[in-house]
Amino acid sequence: MIIKNIIQILRELTKQKLRTFLTLFGIFWGTTSVILLLSFGMAVKANTSKTMHGMGEQICIIWAGRTSISYGGFPKGRNLSWYNDDAQYLKDNVQLIDDISPQYSRHVSVNVGSKKQYFSVNAVWPDFKEMRNMVPREGSRFLNPLDQEKRRRVVFIGNEVEKTMFGEEDAVGKIMYIGGTPFTVIGVIIKKEQDGSYNGRDKDAIFMPTSTYLGIYGDRFVDNMVVRAKDVNKTEEMKHAIINAMAKKYRFSPEDEQALPIWDTTEMDQFLNTFFNGFTIFLGIVGVMTLIVGGIGIANIMYVIVEERTSEIGVKRAIGAKKRLILFQYLVETFIIASVGSISGFLFSLLLMFAINKAPIEDFVGVLKFNPTIAFTSILIISAITFVAGWGPAKRASTLDPVVAING
Amino acid sequence: MIKMDNIRKVYNTGKIEVEALRGLDLHIKKGEFITVIGPSGSGKSTLMNIMGCLDKPTTGEYRLNGKSIKQLNDNELSELRNHEIGFVFQNFNLLPYASAYENVEMPLLFAGVGGKMRKRKVEYILNKVGLSDRMDHRPNELSGGQKQRVAIARALVNDPNIILADEPTGNLDSHSGKEIMELFVNLWKEGNTIVMITHDPRAKDYTDNLVNITDGCIV
Repeated sequence: MIIKNIIQILRELTKQKLRTFLTLFGIFWGTTSVILLLSFGMAVKANTSKTMHGMGEQICIIWAGRTSISYGGFPKGRNLSWYNDDAQYLKDNVQLIDDISPQYSRHVSVNVGSKKQYFSVNAVWPDFKEMRNMVPREGSRFLNPLDQEKRRRVVFIGNEVEKTMFGEEDAVGKIMYIGGTPFTVIGVIIKKEQDGSYNGRDKDAIFMPTSTYLGIYGDRFVDNMVVRAKDVNKTEEMKHAIINAMAKKYRFSPEDEQALPIWDTTEMDQFLNTFFNGFTIFLGIVGVMTLIVGGIGIANIMYVIVEERTSEIGVKRAIGAKKRLILFQYLVETFIIASVGSISGFLFSLLLMFAINKAPIEDFVGVLKFNPTIAFTSILIISAITFVAGWGPAKRASTLDPVVAING
Repeated sequence: MIKMDNIRKVYNTGKIEVEALRGLDLHIKKGEFITVIGPSGSGKSTLMNIMGCLDKPTTGEYRLNGKSIKQLNDNELSELRNHEIGFVFQNFNLLPYASAYENVEMPLLFAGVGGKMRKRKVEYILNKVGLSDRMDHRPNELSGGQKQRVAIARALVNDPNIILADEPTGNLDSHSGKEIMELFVNLWKEGNTIVMITHDPRAKDYTDNLVNITDGCIV
């Protein structure tokens, strides 16, 4: 009986092509736009987060500043500098530090064959890799403790450096003259999105062990230090501990904010998190609004359907259709429209995502990814709204007085 | 077959009470052909609705085949309409998007009749009303007379005990009207019980059993 009725309903739906098509299209379009909207939001969020973290995750960059408070017999306005052993000093004295690396840098002319160009040459510890997301390309590596210990003349280079100096060739294992000294390229960084930087982009930089660097250039002072806390939530405490330790060693006031400038990227993370939470809520509201508009449309259409088919319902009742059959028929109709509409909308949104991902806008919105949670939730909500919207008219249809209904 | 005793029907439209039927008695035996005539507003349609179990009387006793309909709930009334009664309307009331075959098949679907049986019954009955070559046509592809034949086939398909026709020739030209009247007469001669509301004066030519209703009473 039920199967026969569903066949009957399908028959009625296919017989009223335009109406069914319009209703289907409304739900189809609602589903497509909500899924796309939310996917766009997720993609932008993921993309921004990715490029923001291109420089590194949850790290602090420390520079040497200039005192602004007179302290311990010293006048204010004293220039401060950090020495090579300060990184080790901090690592030994501040328990909250997980990784630390000093960083030296200078512009040096680099030769490969007949090509010559200036690049930013940086000297860092192996710990730099994890903190600053220095991911080596497959088949290559970053600087390791042995390079550091043996003062090896090896370099890890940015992908743009490789492209400029070696063209399409693989630089790994090749020799590169830096300030006239031959170095072996041991690694190339993978292409990464990087929005933030303090010393140029990593793709344009060359990295070598500090031991090798100091052996050649003999810098007295560190340019900056990069540090990461063991627990990201204790970054603030770690910063205080670092300032206190350095204030003790170099005799400046721990209150002096200009003596030891710190760029805390976790602050940006917190801001981004807050921003994107707001963004997600905003998208959610837009999505729900869109769905409600869709729901009103569905309710309207279902209402019109019942209205225009009043006499039909009356006739059906007169020839023996029971109330629950009429109710059932309208609900199944709603259900079929909702499911076919939302599933085809979902499939279409997949197709659109595929097409959009082919378009050259990846740098702005990132890659649209199929998110099962979004798709499932959208389909569920659309179906629920359709069902709720269809219930009222269906109930009304089933309780119509047959006598009144027949006369339309 | 039909026993109506002291049927009253009062409609409440806001503050005004309209008494459509005032203590009407009507007994119809199996195989009778009753023609109900009367001016509009006399209560003919109300009588028809009550007889067809679409509506219940306010007071009075209506027994169909010995069964009092007073105690029946909506589902039971639906089944009764499906099995015992065949309706034919003035404006045909066919489903516009369904073919003649599908329109006739519908009461059988509601009754839960199996597929093979449905096919046999629908084809038989359409053949009987002379439309075996129009089965796949939709109502808008049929003439008025043909539409009414489909409606009659739909009324007959479930072998009802009684056929209720509300001005079946009212929307037809005189030629088709005559054909439809003849069809009803043939059905009657085959033993069907028919109650017909009509203004058609020719009805008198087909049956002597006239019931005249005025102001909710039989006169």
